[in-house]
Amino acid sequence: MLQDSPISIGRARRLKALIIKEFYQIIRDPSSIMISIVLPLVLLFLYGFGVSLDLDHLRVALVLEDTSPDAQSFAKSMTDSHYFDVKIGRDRREFTQDILKGAVRGMVVVPSYFTAFRNRQDIIAPIQVITDGSEPNTANFVQNYVTGAWQNWLRQEAISQDLTGLPLVTTESRFWYNEELESRNFLVPGSLAIIMTLIGTLLTSLVVAREWERGTMEAIMATPVTIVELLIGKLVPYFILGMGSMTLCVITARLLYDTPFRGSWLLLEFVSACFLTTALGLGLLISIVTKNQFAAAQAAMVAAFLPAYILSGFLFEIGSMPLPIQLLTYIVAAKYFVTSLQTLFLVGDIWSLIIVNVIPMLLIGLIFFILSSRLSVKRLD
Amino acid sequence: MLNRIFALIIKEFLAVWRDKKSRFVLIVPPIIQLFIFAFAATLDVKNVPIGILNRDNGRQGFELAQRFHGSPVFNKIIYLQSVDEIGPFIDNMRGVMVVSLDEQFSRNLEAQQPAQVQLILDGRKSNTTQIVAGYASSIIQTFNDDFAALSGFPQQNTILVIRNWFNPNLLYYWYNIPSLSGILTMLVALLVTALSVARERELGTFDQLLVSPATPFEILVGKTVPAVVISMLEGSLIIFVGVFIFQIPFTGSLFLLYCSMFVFVLAIVGVGLFISSLSQTQQQAVLGSFLFMSPSVLLSGFATPIENMPAWLQPVTYLIPLRYYLVVAKGIFLKDMPGDIVFNNIWPTAIIALCTLTAASWLFKRRLQ
Repeated sequence: MLQDSPISIGRARRLKALIIKEFYQIIRDPSSIMISIVLPLVLLFLYGFGVSLDLDHLRVALVLEDTSPDAQSFAKSMTDSHYFDVKIGRDRREFTQDILKGAVRGMVVVPSYFTAFRNRQDIIAPIQVITDGSEPNTANFVQNYVTGAWQNWLRQEAISQDLTGLPLVTTESRFWYNEELESRNFLVPGSLAIIMTLIGTLLTSLVVAREWERGTMEAIMATPVTIVELLIGKLVPYFILGMGSMTLCVITARLLYDTPFRGSWLLLEFVSACFLTTALGLGLLISIVTKNQFAAAQAAMVAAFLPAYILSGFLFEIGSMPLPIQLLTYIVAAKYFVTSLQTLFLVGDIWSLIIVNVIPMLLIGLIFFILSSRLSVKRLD
Repeated sequence: MLNRIFALIIKEFLAVWRDKKSRFVLIVPPIIQLFIFAFAATLDVKNVPIGILNRDNGRQGFELAQRFHGSPVFNKIIYLQSVDEIGPFIDNMRGVMVVSLDEQFSRNLEAQQPAQVQLILDGRKSNTTQIVAGYASSIIQTFNDDFAALSGFPQQNTILVIRNWFNPNLLYYWYNIPSLSGILTMLVALLVTALSVARERELGTFDQLLVSPATPFEILVGKTVPAVVISMLEGSLIIFVGVFIFQIPFTGSLFLLYCSMFVFVLAIVGVGLFISSLSQTQQQAVLGSFLFMSPSVLLSGFATPIENMPAWLQPVTYLIPLRYYLVVAKGIFLKDMPGDIVFNNIWPTAIIALCTLTAASWLFKRRLQ
């Protein structure tokens, strides 16, 4: 049997020794443990509590230059809405300073001539909405919510004035898989991609770059260890570390945030293993190219962390980006992972979607490994 | 003493500049980040594909579907043939919304009975889909109003007039680039300082510094000044790109912006030196910077507004220098923010700077003795 030949035994023994060496290095440097256990939990905590897209206490100012019953009833529809924290005033100048400071995000003005215009048929009575455009997303939500409150008010007015037939068309919205519209439900699964990028790419690239920087790489090269064994010996411990910390995060997310999980564990572990392999490949490539921890840390940020954060569709909609950047997202492995994670957590095992996402992920990983082995061979000659 | 500090400052500049990779890393990545962030970090919603299932064969259903085609937001519309297709369509993310009209839609409307439009949305992206649902509702609302007007119902004669101050078209990069002038400056300030002492320690050159006549205070000043200069240059570069390449209006006072940036950078350099004195290896320094960076960016109000956070978490944001700088940077760029509001946001940063620098020098001295 091939496995019993002296060469294979030697190889297995060398690999075992390398893996043990790496594990000792991890255990003896508290910062590795920090990166793989404490940092993921800190991030999970931050993404779970700190990042929220659910605006339900928009601070807006309501200026009632007109105090007629009509204006009052409109004001009531604003104050009744749980989306707003309304500050009421009489003069729009009171709130200009507040908008400058960012103390209110918008201002709704019912002008003094509102009722007068409303009672005439030839003039349309305006209500002015001013938003703070320096926060575009919040400004969008101010527009949407004020429009919603205004439409509600119109509907009630129509009923009370007995204008039958308004509105004829009603809209019923159903948000599948996330009925309560909790942004945390999709942000927490997405944040797993960022956490695994950190372990897979940042930690690995630092560790390998350190061997180069300190010169211990040359010491290892002088031993009979081959380059493949060396790489496997480096990657296996971090792979185990990454999978462990992923599992820890999923359990924490389930317990702490009660995030739904509708897929199967086995598939989650499989998809995560594929992504982690790709992330490790990138980490390896970075360390081989930079051979310097400072440069490796920066490169890992730019090539792995930021794309996982910005270009993965985790927070920002890919469809809204300009075309060249949309094309760029296709080579970001985290994009495929985020989609798979959000689907596994909120929808279930949608095989057709998972397969389409796993294949590109593995292809990207393969490219990283091929590049790494090419580059490291060249430098060893 | 001044001579020695000067020599140390020059040494630090050379240490960063001489290494080709460090030099590259200080210039190229921030520029790449600037461009990608500026365009990609947008919570805008446009060009998202949607589906329409129109089981109604009448004129009104067709008319409503046409209105979706007419909207600039929805330019990828896919027609579904049956209710069974809705599930796979949403599950496989072929679109984020399905507009479903039943068989009775036209008949009900023409008989002046209520008619229902169903919107099925993908909750996996609830921020996007809420905005999409908003667009869809306003299309349906307009359709409803027009239909009611044609049928001779009395009309509500009010209108909402919406104005966006400071950024009339709600362009996202007008928000992103001033914010990035803070985030990327922070990243550079932190990495330059956090890694500097750790690298010297790891390479053994720190011992050489210790046997030189330079005092701990002088060494610290020698580390602080170059970091502040490099970070401010980085910040200036971003402001320059923002104003001249992206053409973002700069309405406020450049002087106030630089004062704020200076105080902000001092606070961050203090944190960086503190991390640096704590760490034995560069890996620990990177980890420390990261542990500081992530909460700073996430809780600063950049990604999502502070008022969305739970009430118990909001006070934590007062400890974050970036939070104040973001308000000032956006304010000075877009709002012509007056000096008193700028000052209100800068004094907390100044206190933070004082604390972090004092803590750093205390720890630094302790480590040396």
